[in-house]
Amino acid sequence: MTQIAGTINTETSRPLMQWLWRGLILMATVVLFSLYSNVLDEYEIGIVVLSAISLVLLGQNWPGFRGHIVIVAILSLFAVQRYGNDLASGNTDFFLSYLLASQSAFMWMSALFVMATVAYFSGLLFRSEFTEKTGTVLTWSAATMGMIGLMVRWKESYLIGADVGHIPVSNLYEVFILFAVITALVYLFYERRYQTRSLGGFVLLVISAAVAFQLWYTFERNAHEIQPLVPALQSYWMKIHVPANFVGYGAFAMAAMIGVAYLLTSWRQEKNPQGLLATTMPELVVMDDLMYKSIALGFAFFTVATVLGALWAAEAWGGYWSWDPKETWALIVWLNYAAWLHMRMTKGWHGRYMAWWAVIGLLVTIFAFLGVNMFLSGLHSYGTL
Amino acid sequence: MDLAITLLLALAVASVIGTVLQQNQPYTDYLIKFGPFWFEVFETAGLYDVYSALWFLAILTLLVISTSVCVIRHTPGMLRDMWNLRTHVQEKSLRAIHHNKQWKVASSVDVTASELQGKLAQEGFRVKQTPKPGEILVSAMRGGMNRLGYLLTHLAIIIICLGGLLDSNLPLKLAEWRGSLKIETRDLPVSQVPAESRLAIGSHAFRGSINIPEGRSSEVAFVAMRDGYLVQDLPFRVEVKDFRVEFYDTGPPKSFETDLIVHDEALEEPLATTISVNHPLFYKGYAIYQASFSDGGSGLTIDAWPLDNRAGNNPVTFETKVFDNRQMHWGDQSLRLEMTSFRPFNINPDPTADEPDRIRNFGPSMGFKLRSNTGEALEYLNYMLPLEREGREFYIGGVRTSPAEEFAYLYIPVDDNGEMTEFVQFLQRLHNKKLISEHAKEMMQITLAELPDHTIELEKSLESTLTSLVTMFMRGGFTEVTEFIDSSLPEAERDTLGPAYLSMLREMLARIYFSVFDNNDTEAVNDARLLFLQDAVDAIGSLSRYGSPVFLLLSDYNHVEASGLQVTRSPGKRTVYLGCALLIAGVFLLFYLPQRRFWALVKDNGTGSEILLAGMSNRNPREFDIIFEQVTNQLQQTSGNSNSR
Ligand code: HEM
Repeated sequence: MTQIAGTINTETSRPLMQWLWRGLILMATVVLFSLYSNVLDEYEIGIVVLSAISLVLLGQNWPGFRGHIVIVAILSLFAVQRYGNDLASGNTDFFLSYLLASQSAFMWMSALFVMATVAYFSGLLFRSEFTEKTGTVLTWSAATMGMIGLMVRWKESYLIGADVGHIPVSNLYEVFILFAVITALVYLFYERRYQTRSLGGFVLLVISAAVAFQLWYTFERNAHEIQPLVPALQSYWMKIHVPANFVGYGAFAMAAMIGVAYLLTSWRQEKNPQGLLATTMPELVVMDDLMYKSIALGFAFFTVATVLGALWAAEAWGGYWSWDPKETWALIVWLNYAAWLHMRMTKGWHGRYMAWWAVIGLLVTIFAFLGVNMFLSGLHSYGTL
Repeated sequence: MDLAITLLLALAVASVIGTVLQQNQPYTDYLIKFGPFWFEVFETAGLYDVYSALWFLAILTLLVISTSVCVIRHTPGMLRDMWNLRTHVQEKSLRAIHHNKQWKVASSVDVTASELQGKLAQEGFRVKQTPKPGEILVSAMRGGMNRLGYLLTHLAIIIICLGGLLDSNLPLKLAEWRGSLKIETRDLPVSQVPAESRLAIGSHAFRGSINIPEGRSSEVAFVAMRDGYLVQDLPFRVEVKDFRVEFYDTGPPKSFETDLIVHDEALEEPLATTISVNHPLFYKGYAIYQASFSDGGSGLTIDAWPLDNRAGNNPVTFETKVFDNRQMHWGDQSLRLEMTSFRPFNINPDPTADEPDRIRNFGPSMGFKLRSNTGEALEYLNYMLPLEREGREFYIGGVRTSPAEEFAYLYIPVDDNGEMTEFVQFLQRLHNKKLISEHAKEMMQITLAELPDHTIELEKSLESTLTSLVTMFMRGGFTEVTEFIDSSLPEAERDTLGPAYLSMLREMLARIYFSVFDNNDTEAVNDARLLFLQDAVDAIGSLSRYGSPVFLLLSDYNHVEASGLQVTRSPGKRTVYLGCALLIAGVFLLFYLPQRRFWALVKDNGTGSEILLAGMSNRNPREFDIIFEQVTNQLQQTSGNSNSR
């Protein structure tokens, strides 16, 4: 079937596939509960159930995601098995040291993301659909390696010490990887649905920037070392608050990059309607629509994340709202996108101004993400630069 | 509407100010930072507490009002839109809708309409038939709840703001403004805080904190307000039984826990519980959090080893407590000793930064200040246990003149008995004028014996030089001696005489050090003693910078910790949470439940019926292309023959 860029792909999986998938996730959940029933508290059980439901919903009609999850699961379990009880295997075992130990997996992820960026842009430049598809495959591989790295790092933290173990979303280094992986997944979702590979390079550009930062952070600051959790972070809330936030950040970042693509395309269309960008990029309305969609997605998750943050603060900091810099900047980001959505929904604003606004929105978001850690101090300074 | 957006953005900008300028710091800090003029300007603008400044509250209030007006204005329309199937649509309007389609079927109008109704209902639509002369209008809708999304989100904003208002310190501000409440800025015992700075037990919101040492209890909390505080009475007494910190092997803290006992007459027996970070106690609408910890006035036994001959010859033992201030008399010096801190262990890299990567436990330490009568103070950090360095052990004490500096450390060599005795005795000998002049004479004679002809003047001058070298060294270390050499010797002789002076000084020091050992003991001078001498000389050389007449060495302690608790009441919490739940529900309804409407106008065309189908959605026009096509296909299938145009 030929795909036309910008049209909606409504293909659904066959019912058999869907049932298989639900069954698989159900089975995995049951196995997990039977293995760990003694260590999971009721909140964590809730989190597992919610995660399972999200996996089912996401995977039902999205074959790529199903493959991603299955490969992540298999390779992570394989890595865990290679580790046994000895952290040192990470350096001696062939599979671990070259592929699956978290540091190796992250290096693969970084390389693959950069390659994907190059592939997407070359595909665009040479109008080669094949090269663009290569970009998609590379992006999937990168996201998969990143996810495996996170899973394995989770295990590694327990190998360092039972009391050190924690989900790897606790500091700036770890959430940078989460950001790259989630942004890629959000993009891949929309890429499949809207068949817009030509946007890939633009979105991957933010991810590559994140990867570059994370490499610098690793080599210059030794940030990759697994640190034990400070008492304030020892809570099940972390498991949901942080990922929800990063779905928000990832979606906002994607919207901004689509905004960039929009601005470039509309500028080239005026200057040279037969030029490369003007003819290969999706129609402006499609990009405009996608921009709205990802901001809406980001806004919904960011709302949830902020509320979860408030609930957590009520347990850890003595009040659901303390005007801590991070908290306040989350509010600023939220207000900004609320204003954006209002303009679009109630005034019907669209086009260049909204694209510019989405780009500025990313700057605000970046400040909330990094600037606060670098320049402002508060209760929330867990990842300092 | 425009007003609302403007307010949203204004709120965002105002919030930025509050994050860039650190809020609620001591006023003196602001004064130093901005100078008197800007300090005043910023204070008037309320920038030190932006989030409860009048103008900030005004923006919030305007936002709530504008949103309320908006909700009130839109609600009737939204509700209508949510339920109303729009049964009065004209054919003309249907044709004007972008998505429309027309086809013919063989069945009669009634049958067709019912069939369409059934099919649409199957697709999850609410459907209604409206018969008109010669035609039937089938109206259908899905996702009417989308409109509810609008109501919920906007109502949520109002509810959250109102809940937040309940929990704000606005009532306190008002009371202060009316003059019935006064912020206390003096450091007073609780019992002496005047009534106008006390908050009675009530249902108002507050956030207070208290430090309670182990074994003690409190019936009040302190509410920080601008540059002072208020005392909040509590309807119960909180006792801290025990406070514990656990550490990871690598040093950072792993958990903070307090065993609390809540005494309340309403309770049959006191409530004993343990709180920790992330696990507060909720009691009677109050929440008690583990917020921090500090020293609770640990008992300290200290030996003051004299470093100065005026401070006596033997260590003097005294007892004190952390946070105690007392006037101390050492020799002719009178200094105020302010004990500031105690730590039972220091798991960190070497405090003297020689081996920054090696983390280990350096044992207990105490911090204190020595303040002179003129008010100047030096800050000290002395460790209780000797630190090992290149196989030798030293007592170490840090000193600095301001918190902005790093500590500079004094290393006092430990003698064979693990004590400071040998060092202090050596030091005393060096303060002994008579002893020094004896040694100066002896050394002069030995030195000059090699010179056949020398004058009395030379003898006198050498002897006095030797004495004064030692005196200078004792006063200002090697620095003073070198300065003396640089300033008093003629330039031509400096290069040759300078080193000679220094080696004479060293020899004097060595002679005085070894003078207590038996002259016939050939073992007396050994490597260990030479090293000790060298270390002792280094230490003595830096005593002038240490600036204290005694070295305070901790000999025993009784660790008492204080748990830092935060006590809060937030009556608006539930309201805010309700608002949050509505907000989340509303947002998802808004974005992910598109409202879709279909109309099928079924008309009798003699042989059968003609169907005009139109549809629209308030979200995702592009996706609706597909939805429309799918629904059309479904409907056409059932109605059998289709000849759409
Ligand atoms: C803190 C204040 C506010 C917040 C956070 C907020 C948030 C939102 C959000 C998230 C939406 C969804 C955008 C969409 O329709 O998809 C929305 C829609 C809307 N808002 Fe607000 N809003 C606020 C205040 C106001 C005010 C004061 C007004 C009117 C004066 C207003 C009028 C509207 C209208 C008419 C819609 C469109 C509803 C629709 O057609 O779906 N909002 N708002």
